[in-house]
Amino acid sequence: MLEVSDLRVAYGAVSALDGVSLSVGPGVTTAVLGANGAGKTSLLRAMTGMVRAKSGRVVWKGTELTRLASEEIVRQGVAHVPEGRGVIQDLTVEDNLRLGGLWRSDREDRRKALEEMYEFFPALRERRRRSAYTLSGGERQMLAVGRALMARPELLLLDEPSLGLAPIIVAQIMELVARLSADTGLTVLLVEQNARAALSISERAVVLSLGKVVVEGAAADIAADEELRHHYLGF
Amino acid sequence: MVYAAMAMALVLIWRATRVVNFAQGAMAMFSTYVAVSVIDRGGDYWEALVVALAFGFVAGAVVERVLVRPVESKPPLNAVIVTLGLLILVESAAAMIWGDSVRSYPARFSQTGLKLGSQRVALSPFDLYIIGAVLVVMAGLVILFRATSLGLRMRASAFEPEVARLLGVRVGRMLTLGWALAAVVGSLGGILVAPKVFLDPNNMDDVLVYAFTAAIVGGLDSPVGALVGGVGMGLSLSYVGGYLGYSLETVGAFVILIVVLMVRPEGLFTTTTPRRV
Repeated sequence: MLEVSDLRVAYGAVSALDGVSLSVGPGVTTAVLGANGAGKTSLLRAMTGMVRAKSGRVVWKGTELTRLASEEIVRQGVAHVPEGRGVIQDLTVEDNLRLGGLWRSDREDRRKALEEMYEFFPALRERRRRSAYTLSGGERQMLAVGRALMARPELLLLDEPSLGLAPIIVAQIMELVARLSADTGLTVLLVEQNARAALSISERAVVLSLGKVVVEGAAADIAADEELRHHYLGF
Repeated sequence: MVYAAMAMALVLIWRATRVVNFAQGAMAMFSTYVAVSVIDRGGDYWEALVVALAFGFVAGAVVERVLVRPVESKPPLNAVIVTLGLLILVESAAAMIWGDSVRSYPARFSQTGLKLGSQRVALSPFDLYIIGAVLVVMAGLVILFRATSLGLRMRASAFEPEVARLLGVRVGRMLTLGWALAAVVGSLGGILVAPKVFLDPNNMDDVLVYAFTAAIVGGLDSPVGALVGGVGMGLSLSYVGGYLGYSLETVGAFVILIVVLMVRPEGLFTTTTPRRV
């Protein structure tokens, strides 16, 4: 359903993605792993038009995303939670959430989605009128994920959701991603530095190194491969 | 009050695009000349007003699309230079089209003070009209930004354009709309102030300085702050002009600006927290 073929991204003379190809089936959670600078974030950014790919294609349900502007991509059912979460600090929690669904014309469903997010994340309901600036790291991550879900996406791109969070919060976030995928049939591409946590909830995994795919396979196989783990995943 | 209108236009552009438009006053002057042309051709006050505001809307949008868009993703100084250049361009263009002699502009209502009992007070029907118009505009802006989803999209585009795009906000349109609305508010300010100061191609420079100070005093983020700042500026400048001499008014404005920047650089009414980048 998601088909990335020979994707190349460069920042000036520095190549970030050097011909990446991968495919993700519907409803599957795929972990994208690798060290710092392996190209994980660039992969997501190229998929949602935040950087222009030098060449190659990203095709989602028959639409070539690499041809679209960022603001059109969410309309194709693809939501991207960027690195560092992208919560807008000057807006209230509720405004942040509402913003995620504003492009949809169905007002009634937008209201329903908001209510669902508050049920998902009761902590956000308590803080709905506060500025997002006041939230803790974990709450911000919940807000960022909730805001992406307001779009009712079919494909969720998560960039390092565990970054800077305490292990117990990381576990909660991972559990949430697993539950979302199980409950709603959401397809997830999960970029993570924390390979152990990501592999525990993913069905498939891709390991990137220096802008190239090193291995693509079942998450369990990759977790079991000691040499691979040692070399690229750091555990 | 008219400083308040102009200050609000600055606040509007700031909120919508994070750019301070130094050509705001010049654009307002230009719109006011457009209104003069309509009146010269036999149009009445209201026709001229509508035409000038419509002109302001289109001009604001065009300026954003053509001049500001290319520097939007560049360092803020680039946008400052572009708007300064625009200021000079617009003033020269107005002088070329309408000449640089001073024009008067008709007031729609009487400018003589109202009678309160037997006392004549320094408040004319025209002043009341100005106050009313500015209050309506301010209320409209507050509602737009605080209570509508369009306002929410505009704020998001200004704060975090990249994130807003990922959430499906068509940021380019929001920026264009922000400039267009600001130019409308600025044009209204120009037409309101014109009967009081006469009109020539450079006459909005002082007004812009005062409005800029008012916007800073009130906090660049806050329409209500712009209103209070504008009224406060008007009052303090009248005192400075009255007691110390008219020529010190501009100096007075800068003194206020510097004091506020030293004491509370984020403005008196702003709610956002300053961030170090």
